[in-house]
Amino acid sequence: MAVKQVIPTRMELTRLKRKRITAIRGHKLLRDKRDELLRRYLEMVRDNMALREKVESAIHSANRNFVIAKASMSEASLNTALMAPKQEVNLETAERNVMSVDIPVFKYKTRSSDENDIYSYGFAFTSGDLDGAVRSLADVLPDMIRLAEIEKSCQLLAIEIEKSRRRVNALEHFIIPETEEMIKYITMKLDENARSNLTRLMKVKEVMLADAHGYDKK
Amino acid sequence: MHKIAVIGDYDSIYGFAAVGVSISPVKSAKEARTLLHRLAANQFGIIYITEEYADQIKEDIQKYYHKALPAIILIPGVSGNTGAGVENVKKTVEQAIGSDIVFSNK
Repeated sequence: MAVKQVIPTRMELTRLKRKRITAIRGHKLLRDKRDELLRRYLEMVRDNMALREKVESAIHSANRNFVIAKASMSEASLNTALMAPKQEVNLETAERNVMSVDIPVFKYKTRSSDENDIYSYGFAFTSGDLDGAVRSLADVLPDMIRLAEIEKSCQLLAIEIEKSRRRVNALEHFIIPETEEMIKYITMKLDENARSNLTRLMKVKEVMLADAHGYDKK
Repeated sequence: MHKIAVIGDYDSIYGFAAVGVSISPVKSAKEARTLLHRLAANQFGIIYITEEYADQIKEDIQKYYHKALPAIILIPGVSGNTGAGVENVKKTVEQAIGSDIVFSNK
C-alpha cells in the first residue's frame, strides 16, 4: 500500500497510535451494530413480505368486490353513497429507536368506535354488493397500516445497515491497515535515526579520543 | 395527529373513502406528483399510492425514502398487480445484505 506522506516524528507516532486504538474500537462497535441491525432486519423483512402478500391479495379481492358493486349500481348513486364518509381514521405516530435508527410506530384510531359506521349510505338505494366490498376493505385496513409500519421500518433499517457496512469495511480494509502501515514506517524511520545518531556519536568519540591521546588506530 | 391518504386513479381508490381514509384521485402522473408533495408536507403519516402511478413518479417517492415520515406504500390498483411492491421489498434486502438471499427463490 502506498504510504501517505507522513512526518516521522514522535508526536505523529503517538497521534497515529491513538488513532489506531480508536479505529479498532470503532470497528468492533460498528461491526456489532451491523450484525444486530441485520438480525432485526431479517426478522422484520420476512414479516414484511408475508404481510405484503396478504394485503395485496386482500386489496385485489376488495377491488373485485367493488367492480361487482359498481356494475349493479349507477355511477351517480355510487358516487353519492361514498361522498360523505362517516368514518375517519386518525393516525398516531410515535418513534421507536432500534440501534439508533428511528423507526415509526403507527397506532390508529377511528373517529367512531361503531364498526358499522363504514357504511356512509342508506341501504335502500345501494346494492348489497357494495356493503360487502366496503366491509372487505375495512377488514384489510389494519393490516395495511401494519404493513406501512413494517415496510417503512425495513427501508430505514436497510439504509442504516448499508451505511454501517460501508463504515465497517472502510475501517477494516482501509483505515486500520493504513494507520498500521504508517506506524510501522515512523517506527522504522525513528529507529533508523537513532541508529545513525549512535554511529555518529561513536565516530565523534573516536575522533575526539584520537585528538586527546594522540594515538592513531591505523 | 396524522392522517392517511391514498393516491391513485379514482376506480382503484374510491372505496377507501368509506373506511375513513382520505382519497386523492388523480388522472396523470403530474397531478400525482404535486399531490404527493402536498400530502407529505401536510401531516399525512401514511400515503398509499397505486403501483401504476408510483412507477411513473419514482424519483419523487425516492425523496421520502430516507425520512421516517411519511411512509409511502405501494398498493395494487384495480388494473392488477404489477409486482412493484414485492420488488421494492426485495430491493431493501439487496441494499441491506448485498444480494437478495432471502426471497431469491420466490
